[in-house]
Amino acid sequence: MASGKYDFALAIGGEAGQGVATPGDVLARIYVRRGLNLNTYNAYQSIIRGGHIFLTVRVSDQEIYTHGDKLDILLCLNQDTMNRHLGLMGPGSKVIYNGDSISPGDAADGVELCPLPVSQLTNNNRNKLLQNTLAVGAIMALQGLDFQVLEESLTLRFERRGQAVVDENVGVARAGYDYAKANFQSFADAPPVGAKPLAVWSGNEALAMGGAAAGVKFYAAYPMSPATGILHWMAQNARNLGIMVRQVEDEIAVSNMVIGAAHVGCRAMCATSGGGFALMSEAVGAASMMEIPVVYINVQRAGPSTGVPTKTEQGDLWQMLGASQGDFERFIVAPYHALDAYNSLPQLFNLTDKYQCPGLLISDLLISEGRYSFDPETLDMHPTIDRGELITEGSSPNGYKRYENTESGISPRALPGLEGYLHIAATDEHDEDSTLISDEFTNPHIRRMMVEKRARKFSHALEQIDPPKLEGPEDAEATLIGWGSTYGVIKEAIQKLAERGVKVNHLPIKWIVPFHGDAVVEVFSSSKRTIIVENNYSGQFARYLRSETGLAADGHIRKYDGEPFVPHHIVEGVLEQLAGETHLYVPYQEVVT
Amino acid sequence: MATTLDVAEDKPENQLTARDFKGLVDPDWCAGCGDFGVLNGLQRACAELGLKPHEILAVSGIGCSSNLPGYFNAFGMHTLHGRSLAYATGAKLANHELTVIVTGGDGDGYGIGGNHFTHTARRNIDLTYIVMNNQIYGLTTGQISPTSSLGMKTKSTPFGSVETPINPITSAIMNGATFVARGFSGDVRHLTELMKQAIQHKGFALVDIFSPCVTFNLDNGHSFFKERVTKLEDEGHDTSDWQSACEKAIAWGDTIYTGLFYRNDEKPDLGQREQVLEKEGPLAHRPLGLSKEQVEGIISRMI
Repeated sequence: MASGKYDFALAIGGEAGQGVATPGDVLARIYVRRGLNLNTYNAYQSIIRGGHIFLTVRVSDQEIYTHGDKLDILLCLNQDTMNRHLGLMGPGSKVIYNGDSISPGDAADGVELCPLPVSQLTNNNRNKLLQNTLAVGAIMALQGLDFQVLEESLTLRFERRGQAVVDENVGVARAGYDYAKANFQSFADAPPVGAKPLAVWSGNEALAMGGAAAGVKFYAAYPMSPATGILHWMAQNARNLGIMVRQVEDEIAVSNMVIGAAHVGCRAMCATSGGGFALMSEAVGAASMMEIPVVYINVQRAGPSTGVPTKTEQGDLWQMLGASQGDFERFIVAPYHALDAYNSLPQLFNLTDKYQCPGLLISDLLISEGRYSFDPETLDMHPTIDRGELITEGSSPNGYKRYENTESGISPRALPGLEGYLHIAATDEHDEDSTLISDEFTNPHIRRMMVEKRARKFSHALEQIDPPKLEGPEDAEATLIGWGSTYGVIKEAIQKLAERGVKVNHLPIKWIVPFHGDAVVEVFSSSKRTIIVENNYSGQFARYLRSETGLAADGHIRKYDGEPFVPHHIVEGVLEQLAGETHLYVPYQEVVT
Repeated sequence: MATTLDVAEDKPENQLTARDFKGLVDPDWCAGCGDFGVLNGLQRACAELGLKPHEILAVSGIGCSSNLPGYFNAFGMHTLHGRSLAYATGAKLANHELTVIVTGGDGDGYGIGGNHFTHTARRNIDLTYIVMNNQIYGLTTGQISPTSSLGMKTKSTPFGSVETPINPITSAIMNGATFVARGFSGDVRHLTELMKQAIQHKGFALVDIFSPCVTFNLDNGHSFFKERVTKLEDEGHDTSDWQSACEKAIAWGDTIYTGLFYRNDEKPDLGQREQVLEKEGPLAHRPLGLSKEQVEGIISRMI
């Protein structure tokens, strides 16, 4: 809690099936209703029962972009959590656990151990999940919050299951609350009350909502972590919003089905992770050849192959750049965070409609599965929708050419069903009137014309997107360059470096294709030292930057252990590089041992 | 154009003929290819049903027979190898007022697209699937297909195929298709009738058609089928009896049955089960964006 700002983090550890999510959710909702900013990260395994789950919940009255560097409370639901994570706890923090069954380890000085006599406080109730409610009560007490807030929250949560369940939970929570008040020391500062209640969403929910706001009427998916949350939101809201949501046989069906829906006029979208996107790839080229606008989302996880299904990585950049055979244009956007992901989709849809091409969005587990507060009042739920040169009605002109060789390269697109506009959309090369040239005869001049027509569409595409902007002081000792989800952690690391008197600025990259190379060259030309931060081993963005601009950065901070960066990783990497100790810093992940 | 408005619907000059469904280019199939008969049958079926070209979307994959949409006057999608059913499903759900006809070959539909064939049948979506089954890969110059007979010698099986072929008819029935028929390209009149019924059927309709490859499959040529095909209609077959249908479908000797094997008009098609399609017309024509009430509903669940 530096400089009078409220900044508090708690972690809950246990095994799958122990109900780690529920206390996290109850507390998260209490905090956001209070108007506090929230950022959560869940380190979990691809397992339904057992294993180890570690949920971090951070709240603050300031804007926060990561789950942070330190913990104030550790709630251990099992011995394993105590053994693994006690070492993370520093002076002034507290560790809550079941005193009947968990033995504490050697805590650092200033760490308060808070064992709860669970059997006594729950009257030997056999429902093991009640120990979670008990712990939530204790946490509320230690934070100096009113019990009434928790009582309301539990009532809301359990009322569907009847009054007896509500009473049981409220009673147990009360016991935990009273016991903690009487036996442990509360934190000095209670959470403040923010300006207004906030809402909470995951990055996947933000992506789904962004699609819905952009006018998506067709969504298809095959379940794959960590993208499945988008399917769940879409399925839940399908009927209310009039969206056709289909779970189908495989990602190949998904990727082609959305093009079919888009061809007849729907805005259509799908999402998957890298492995699923590999199966989808052939269709990306089909959308390009048939000039049909469609959006694909890749929520990256640690690869290659099945990899680590529940861990994060930025390892699919070149997969997105190179998806599908042939030489063609696509849009690729890598949003910074959940709100940015929401806002990116309407823009991406407008671009794909304007240029009649595929649009790719890169998210990752960190953005998509994290949960964040947001202010619904500032959310643009009615973004501009521009469908480009789309013919949806009108008289039947003679000789409509679907792929007319226009000056802009953009050929007005008529929807199937419209009289007088008959045409074929073909994945073979075709002439302006959509007849195939690959089989009928070989005509190099038509082939060249059509290649140039499709490519010409994009000659002004770069003007449609904002160039990257340098954030922070101009006279910095170093410039950190990141793309996509590293935005928040770099931002917080720079604040921490500033507190230490080290001036560093930030060039975040969101649009991968098209790429504002000149703007980046300009920043590099005036930077004292450039460091690229990315969540992969080989430096995929560094390689891309070099291919687009010829620029090589002075140094690199990379992480590829499956866990995301936290601010101090980057702070340490920058300090070591400024001291001339290394050009490549790979932080040690200490949170999960 | 104005004069056509004065012509009553049932007058012959307003009725389209098979010629009106002739595409921009002529087929490039080998002389004698069975696919000519299939194209002819489809053009006749559409004309006789009174369909207009702009009401139809013909979707194909890749292969000799998948070139059909280019020779057929309607909206068309000539898509990726094996993926025609996926495209057609997306298109049909996005605009269920279109008549969506899927065409392709046995390799495209039962081989590389086999997964989609299984699941599209299961969904019983209202599509007509016309498969020109020649038991060979023609466009790649003669390799075995999923329907090639055991022992068949091709460039990829010089010592004879050791794999059992798939039976499209029994597969479709077992997977949940509600209209399953088999035709022969050498009997266009019969084929036309089967296609008309298939297009009119509400649900997933398969018409598997013996469409001989005269260049690469000399084992199963025109005369092979002409000598063997027997119409189920002449045998008093009960099309509601799926077990009898399967028994007749596996017959592969002196008698090979064609006609309608199985039909189920009771099972609702996917569109009828989807509440989203109940009112307001095709999804593709609905306004984009969210209403105030929809926004409030979404946000209230997130606070």
